[in-house]
Amino acid sequence: MIYRETGQFKTTYASDVQLFPIVQDRVVVIAFLAFAFCVVPFVASDYLFRAILTPFLILSLAALGLNILVGYCGQLSLGTGGFMAVGAYAAYNLAVRMPDLNLIVVLVLAGLCSTVVGALFGIPSLRIKGFYLAVTTLAAQFFLDWLFARVGWFTNYSSSGSVAAPPLALFGWHVEGPVRKYLFVLSIVCVLALLAKNLTRGAIGRSWMAIRDMDVAAEVIGIRPLHAKLTAFAVSSFYVGLAGALWAFVYLGAWEPLAFDVNRSFELLFMVIIGGLGSILGSFLGAAFIVILPIALNRLPAALGIPLSTATVSEIELMVFGALIVFFLIAEPRGLARLWAIGKEKLRLWPFPH
Amino acid sequence: MATLAEDARPGLEEGHASASAARDIGGPILALEGISLAFGGVKALSDVSFDVREHEIRAIIGPNGAGKSSMLNVINGVYRPNAGSITFRGERRAHMEPRRAAERGIARTFQSLALFKGMSVLDNMLAGRNLMMKTNLLLQALRIGPALREEIAHRKRVEAIIDFLEIQHVRKTPVGRLPYGLQKRVDLGRALAAEPRVLLLDEPMAGMNVEEKQDMSRFVLDVNDEFGTTIVLIEHDMGVVMDLSDRVVVLDYGRKIADGTPDEVRASQAVIDAYLGVQH
Amino acid sequence: MPSRRSLLTAAFFALLAVAAVVPMLIGQAKFPQWLEIVLGGLMSGVLYALVALGLVLIFKASGVFNFAQGAMVLFAALCLVRLMEKVPFVVALALTLAIMVALAWIVERVVLRPLVNQEGIVLFMATLGIAYFLDGFGQIVWGSDVYTLDVGMPKEPKILFEKTFEGGILVSTEDLLAALIAALLVASLAFFFQKTPTGRALRAVADDHQAAQSIGIPLNRIWVIVWSVAGLVALVGGIVWGSKLGVQFSLQQVALKALPVVILGGFTSIPGAIVGGLLIGLGEKLSEVYLGPLFGGGIENWFAYVLALVFLLFRPEGLFGERHIDRV
Repeated sequence: MIYRETGQFKTTYASDVQLFPIVQDRVVVIAFLAFAFCVVPFVASDYLFRAILTPFLILSLAALGLNILVGYCGQLSLGTGGFMAVGAYAAYNLAVRMPDLNLIVVLVLAGLCSTVVGALFGIPSLRIKGFYLAVTTLAAQFFLDWLFARVGWFTNYSSSGSVAAPPLALFGWHVEGPVRKYLFVLSIVCVLALLAKNLTRGAIGRSWMAIRDMDVAAEVIGIRPLHAKLTAFAVSSFYVGLAGALWAFVYLGAWEPLAFDVNRSFELLFMVIIGGLGSILGSFLGAAFIVILPIALNRLPAALGIPLSTATVSEIELMVFGALIVFFLIAEPRGLARLWAIGKEKLRLWPFPH
Repeated sequence: MATLAEDARPGLEEGHASASAARDIGGPILALEGISLAFGGVKALSDVSFDVREHEIRAIIGPNGAGKSSMLNVINGVYRPNAGSITFRGERRAHMEPRRAAERGIARTFQSLALFKGMSVLDNMLAGRNLMMKTNLLLQALRIGPALREEIAHRKRVEAIIDFLEIQHVRKTPVGRLPYGLQKRVDLGRALAAEPRVLLLDEPMAGMNVEEKQDMSRFVLDVNDEFGTTIVLIEHDMGVVMDLSDRVVVLDYGRKIADGTPDEVRASQAVIDAYLGVQH
Repeated sequence: MPSRRSLLTAAFFALLAVAAVVPMLIGQAKFPQWLEIVLGGLMSGVLYALVALGLVLIFKASGVFNFAQGAMVLFAALCLVRLMEKVPFVVALALTLAIMVALAWIVERVVLRPLVNQEGIVLFMATLGIAYFLDGFGQIVWGSDVYTLDVGMPKEPKILFEKTFEGGILVSTEDLLAALIAALLVASLAFFFQKTPTGRALRAVADDHQAAQSIGIPLNRIWVIVWSVAGLVALVGGIVWGSKLGVQFSLQQVALKALPVVILGGFTSIPGAIVGGLLIGLGEKLSEVYLGPLFGGGIENWFAYVLALVFLLFRPEGLFGERHIDRV
């Protein structure tokens, strides 16, 4: 009853194509953002920021990037970890070799480096499709793994193989401490999410989806598969690379190539699938799920009063994780975003059943 | 034979000559000469030549397997013929390319409805206008100024077509969820959205009941009347073909066996034999 | 006039052959050592092929890209090794086989049946879920230590051709035996698929689930059969690999290598899995030994994938994969 569109008539196309055409949606989103920016920094604990909120935001960004590639354009990629690594190491090298560079510039340039690498590894997608493409993206993943581990230049010839991020500052405002890091990442993610939403709503988003749904027909109506696929790889890699740089700089602080290995790629793919392919909201929901799940599983045995060793707990985590994935795929293959949409449909009718 | 398009176009009984004069049929906009196409050992088309005049409705008919769809695919570049040439809008070439065909003004519908199932009706049709969208990636991401204006301008044009095809009520529904008849309309809409000079319709009435056929016939005629679009259509329903088209090409086993007005073709012995399966 | 495709493929192989022989020609290695490396590579290739076989089987018969094949190899090996501590080898083998069949049945019931006719990516993710689950489950039930698997495979290397070459050529008898077992397995599987009614039914199912069902093929039973056979193949692979490397987690990483093998050979081809395995094994060994030092080692982590990638650029369906023609 509350969530109805009655009375909301659109008299111009401009108002119909806006981001949140329904007033209730707009109100909720603005309230949510206000809460996130103005309330959370004061009420949440340090642990919440460090362990949940900040990683959730950064991984959502990466999941967004991957969703653009897999969900909107239909190109399966298992090399996301490698592209995150490109962003991270690019940012590191830029920050270390050109210390006077503005932080935002560093991040954007790191994203662009990842864009170039991503577009390069995306070229095979013109001829190779489906699972074949997925395995070739693994080539990117393993090659990049090896590159950052073996070629000393990337790690500034660090003897241990791991590197540390320099202290971060933006126009004198030091990005230190959990609250500032959270706000910094939150701002970036909000802006980039809006850009992503605009892209997917626009002409390029439609050509991505056309390629995904039927690339032969898309070509016949004049969409260039080359252009569509490469832009998908490029934009996706930008987001993923930027997320990688943020992950390394803001969240980890110090890292080694293992932080971006193939398990990270799978983790991101799970986020996108469980959250919902082809949905911006889905990327966030999936990231939240994957970030919270291990923590919840970790706490559960203690909460239930069952004493278990950490090894056993992590093994159980694996089992539950696997089982949940299968469960989700059976229950709702279109992910949490679809469940959310169904929920909204029900909300339109509430309190009536149909 | 029942004339399905009766109520849509009064005066049909007077004959096609007068109807053609009313619509100002021009010179050949599309000419195919000596088209031959073979897949391995199978000859899909053998030395087929015909032309299509501007603003006319041209039907390609023939028994199953005659090569009609292949002919359409050759016209818009999905297949490349082994021999022959295609002249479109004065440019003669050995084969078309899909993108070139789209750019120069050829649009088509598909027999098996190659719609983008994951997108809404609106998005499918907007995708049909993709060639006309010029703003770059960054502007689209920011969705300000030229990008927004372009988006709205194209939306206006697509809405006009949605009105024309009477599918306003489903404009935001994902195409995969629509009934077959409406999907066919969306397919037509997507082709129309490109504002083509020549529209290729591949069995637009397939799988439809009588009412749906009446509606579709009306749309085809209106498109030809209002927008002046040249139409080349493949159709099995003889009633539709005879009522809608100005001229007909008949194919059989990849060869042209008749070419003329519906009345001429109807009377041709070769055509009758082909359809009755008489050895020839 | 041979087609452009076959010309490119021939060129690719010619290039590979040249690359393989070059180190010997430029005097970097003497023939015996080179031969050793080649044989070693070929034999590890056979082992890859063994795992790839399971992948191809499942894909051929259910259209599913089973990412859990590696986990199945590890799980089978774990079962066997731990059971062998309690009961004699033959009993343990029989029990493990029974467990793998039970696993196949559970997978079919719980995962495949509810997901029938879903898109490929959904099924692929489901097998990823199965892989994670098996990982955790195996470790909880059987423990996560490294176990030595001794099935009586001969461990001493053999020295061949002592008369012809100085010092002879060192060959691992274990690997030789493994190659033999693999060859036998492949031959029987190929026969099974081509000649038996069940095999044909399996191929029908891979093509189109719904169509196969509509002509009366019992989908569920077929899938249980296929996954059981894949389980058997996984077990053999587990025995062979486990005997060589010890039963431990890294077995799974090795199994991951089966992916480029399958890519190279084509997803639906049994001979493709073999040829692909041989090529990858050979290529990996050669590149690690001769190219490795140039790059600081570790090439074998990605060589197989890059090789598959390059090959796919010329033949997007792999060596023997079916050409996918898009009809409009």
